[in-house]
Amino acid sequence: MLKIKDLSVAVGGKEIIHDVNLTIQNGETHVLFGPNGAGKSTLLMTIMGFPKYQVTRGSIHFKGKDITHLSIDERARMGIGMSFQRPPVVRGVKTRDMVAACLKSETEDDAEINQLAERADLEDFLERDINYGFSGGEIKRSELMQLLAQKPELTLLDEPESGVDLVNIALIGELMNDLLEKNCPIQERRCMGLIITHTGHILDYVNARTGYVMCGGTIGCTGDPHEMLATIREKGYDECIQCYLGRLPLSD
Amino acid sequence: MTETGTSPADRDKARAAAAKKAALGEDIDLSRYDASSDELPYQADPSKLPSQAKEQMLTAGVMLDDPSQRSGTYIQMDNTPVHSSVSQDGVEVMPVGQAMAKYDWMADYWWRAVPVDQDKYTANVELNQYSGYFIRALPGQKTLFPVQACLYLAKDKLMQNVHNIIIAEAGSELHIITGCTTATADEPGLHLGVSEFYIKKGARVTFTMIHAWSPATAVRPRSAVVIEDGGLFLSNYLLMKPVKSLQMNPLARCTGEGATARFNSVLVTGAGSSLDVGSRVILDGKGSRTEIVSRAITTGGSIVARGYIEGNAPDCKGHLECRGLILGDKGVIQAIPELKGTLAGIDLSHEAAVGKIAEEEVEYLMARGLTHDQATAAIVRGFLRVDIEGLPPILAGSSSGPWMPAKKK
Repeated sequence: MLKIKDLSVAVGGKEIIHDVNLTIQNGETHVLFGPNGAGKSTLLMTIMGFPKYQVTRGSIHFKGKDITHLSIDERARMGIGMSFQRPPVVRGVKTRDMVAACLKSETEDDAEINQLAERADLEDFLERDINYGFSGGEIKRSELMQLLAQKPELTLLDEPESGVDLVNIALIGELMNDLLEKNCPIQERRCMGLIITHTGHILDYVNARTGYVMCGGTIGCTGDPHEMLATIREKGYDECIQCYLGRLPLSD
Repeated sequence: MTETGTSPADRDKARAAAAKKAALGEDIDLSRYDASSDELPYQADPSKLPSQAKEQMLTAGVMLDDPSQRSGTYIQMDNTPVHSSVSQDGVEVMPVGQAMAKYDWMADYWWRAVPVDQDKYTANVELNQYSGYFIRALPGQKTLFPVQACLYLAKDKLMQNVHNIIIAEAGSELHIITGCTTATADEPGLHLGVSEFYIKKGARVTFTMIHAWSPATAVRPRSAVVIEDGGLFLSNYLLMKPVKSLQMNPLARCTGEGATARFNSVLVTGAGSSLDVGSRVILDGKGSRTEIVSRAITTGGSIVARGYIEGNAPDCKGHLECRGLILGDKGVIQAIPELKGTLAGIDLSHEAAVGKIAEEEVEYLMARGLTHDQATAAIVRGFLRVDIEGLPPILAGSSSGPWMPAKKK
């Protein structure tokens, strides 16, 4: 289980996220909507533990342990994995090396790496420097390939469908479902997901039951993600924000 | 001609240049070093050399216990050639003195690529006792395994003078690994090495030089290459152990049509080291090509990484890449890429970058479960990853110098 309580986060001394509360039970996938600058990526980066994102109040618990002040790699080894929206190019580090590192295998089994590459349609990319010259879709598939090797219990996905053409989006969806155990009976499903999406295309593939709209650095409302997406498509985020503001207690 | 093979005119030039400071690098006081050393006995079986020397040579890529993967071997200790042998037809490996006695045409190659009066170091190699290797691939002959050569500095305060001649005759293929190392860890030593390469029509030469000196050694190699029509010269240079002072700036002249020169350099240094290392290529042949790639890492010492390409012929093409990485708070890297074109229709380019490891990249790898140190090591190894051909297994795929973080197990 992931439990975020009263979380506030500052970047460069400026508070970006305020009082966020969110709980993801084992086997659940949740979706984050929100306009640009709402704090969605900041929330994911904070959960992953990037030091630039300073927790000023509140806590993050994962699998019953307070991870608020753990390092990125400690969280990764506990079972948190992230697909980045714009991951950096690391020259000289081959994609194969990254997958091998994710497998945490002493043998760095080539057969398993090749199998994952085939699954992600990236066989020709294993010997290339990670993310170097990759298209948008190739980056997303590479991120998911690494996560499939990493096998995280909590997967954080930052706009997994952005820059992906309609043909490849189905493959992205399949890879995500592998990660999130969609084909596993609900009672046996343990993997959790938290997905940022703008287009909502990915909702056609994943089994998400809970959605949030973030605005102004906090969660404005919670509900069924499909209904939320329909509302956002129909009325835009302005309506969401107005609705949220209307529900805020009046200040003195 | 003198008995050394040098023409009287060149000898005079050397005398005139005996005190001429080099254009680059710290000036070294030659009077602090002793030019003479004892004559050492010839060793027909190099595996019988002292084990400490063999271990030291192995760090520089020279394998003496199992020469089955080598087509020839040359060992010079101080100023004495102690072994030379070949194990493949079509290749000649011998001390330059022997080659002088054997071939009267040696004068055609002696000080013809490197000017004898380039500076006081070249002049000194001419004026004082010297030896060096002669390696030649006969026309059309292709070596399967590399020839290995070791220049070993054993005596304290010695000035080791070396003059090498390498000839790849037309259509031949030659691979050479030269390891330079020293037995003296703390005492000063000076290595002056002149190397002249002649790559004939359609010949291909891979030259890998590994320097494993000590923090007290000063080094001044002086190399030049002449590449004829369709010839290829590929140089790989690795320096991954401390050295006090190193300055070199080898020059390749692509004189022939379609000639190609490539230089890869990997420099890793720490506090107390001063490196000034470059590569120069002059493209005089129509359609000639070059690529210069340099990777420099410092954890405290200073590195000047130079590159120079000059295009003087139609359709010539060159690219220069200097990248430097500063690890820690100290250390200086200065990248100096230079391009010169003298006519239209040439294509020369360069890229240079100096910086520290991007924290964004480290954190990206950490998000996959690597610790900060493991992520840093992976990025450094990746930075140094230059595709180098012909390396022995002990060095191939390894960039674990004394300053490098350990590879993730």
